[in-house]
Amino acid sequence: MLTDIAIIITKIMIVIGGTFTAVAYLILAERKVAGFVQERYGPNRVGIWGLLQPIADGVKTMLKEDITPAKANRIIYHLAPAMVLAPALVTFAVVPFGSGIDAFGRHIAFQIADINIGILFIFAITSIGVYGVVLGGWSSNNKYSLLGGVRSSAQMISYELALGLSVVGILLLTGSLRLNDIVEAQIGMWNVFRQPVAFMIFLVAVFAETNRLPFDLAESEQELIAGYHIEYSGFKYSMFMLGEYSNIITASALIVTLFFGGWTVPFIDVTKLGHLGAFLSVVSFAVKTGFFLFLYLWVRWTLPRFRYDQLMHLGWKILLPLALLNLLFTAAWITYV
Amino acid sequence: MTESLFFIFATMAIVSALTVVVTRNPIYSAVSLVITLFSLAGIFLLLEAYFLAVVQIIIYAGAIMVLFLFVIMLLNPGKEAKFLSLTDPRTLIVTLLSIAFIGMIFSLVSGSVNYIGEVMGSVEELGTTRNIGLTLFTKYLLPFEIASLLLLVALVGAVLMTKRNLR
Repeated sequence: MLTDIAIIITKIMIVIGGTFTAVAYLILAERKVAGFVQERYGPNRVGIWGLLQPIADGVKTMLKEDITPAKANRIIYHLAPAMVLAPALVTFAVVPFGSGIDAFGRHIAFQIADINIGILFIFAITSIGVYGVVLGGWSSNNKYSLLGGVRSSAQMISYELALGLSVVGILLLTGSLRLNDIVEAQIGMWNVFRQPVAFMIFLVAVFAETNRLPFDLAESEQELIAGYHIEYSGFKYSMFMLGEYSNIITASALIVTLFFGGWTVPFIDVTKLGHLGAFLSVVSFAVKTGFFLFLYLWVRWTLPRFRYDQLMHLGWKILLPLALLNLLFTAAWITYV
Repeated sequence: MTESLFFIFATMAIVSALTVVVTRNPIYSAVSLVITLFSLAGIFLLLEAYFLAVVQIIIYAGAIMVLFLFVIMLLNPGKEAKFLSLTDPRTLIVTLLSIAFIGMIFSLVSGSVNYIGEVMGSVEELGTTRNIGLTLFTKYLLPFEIASLLLLVALVGAVLMTKRNLR
């Protein structure tokens, strides 16, 4: 009993600690990639290659003045950053990040909670992640931030449909909502080869769900200055940033889990290799996730932002029908072939 | 454990449901309603109805309430008036509904009426995604199809209403 609790707490600490560290270095990587794309160095003053920059940034945001606008709605204004951060961290609880090991006389899965509705749980949590953005934008009592919040709510709902529908094809192929079953079904053949259309739809929709360029209309610096978090400063601002980047990490991990075989290693059966296999599976998962994190940064510094009507057009008139067609085709394939 | 969790969720549900009605700021109402929906999802979880719990959050908390907030924020209706006047026809409706509701609660508590009906099979198996799917598409296929047709009609209606120049 005590060992079980200790194991669970350790797993939670590893996942949250890992996410926060990854966020810190993702922000550094973003600035480095931005520098690379724009032919400059990026941060290189603090530590070698600027490796200590995240710590300096963290200290800086904590020491900055925490401003609350006079006409803001105080309760909601203070709660909003937490409403962004909490769902972003909770989502990772069901993502399997390795094959698991046998220790202390039991099998320890590399996953906090192995629930049989894993994928639905993720959709549920991501669908409430929008509240922090919307309420933060509203409670600041600023026209720009309100516009950012309103845009974000419409955008999230529009792209959630395509996101959900694109995954249904995979569920039909796997016959299970458990993420571990989905991963194990991909041994030998990744889902991206079985469901290429679904992968494209999922990728685009997930960019929109995480409010990243080319879909960052909730922030769009040129029109709304900074959108929903315009009035936030100090640590509340960095909580918004933590939430945003945690979301990116979870989204990348999800792409890997659903379409790129999760923790499986191509051509090697890691479940038969004991501890070495478990280690390899975690490395495989991390490398694949890292690639998609890089893709996020790459896209951000390469593509311009969509206009609002283009965003809605893409979501409702292209992605949604495409996802429905893909679902229809997959269902017909399974039934008749 | 389960019992104490039930009381926590139930208290949260009732308190936040009361806040929805009592508070005069529409945004607070909407946020409290979200909390109510979450507590109900928690109670569904305790009943091992995982699918229902998650769908409750996805659809109600994640989509419908976001749209509510969207509308409230766009219209910015301000605070509501404190009391309904006695001549307002809504007062009568509210009074009648409240009496009906209290009557329902009483009949439920006294046990004279059983609204729930017999539960078929074991509780653990009822809530799984597979069983809900199977029941929906076999035993309750007709009601299910009728409901989806109704939704489709509502969808088409909504699209039609937004078209301004339809000749």
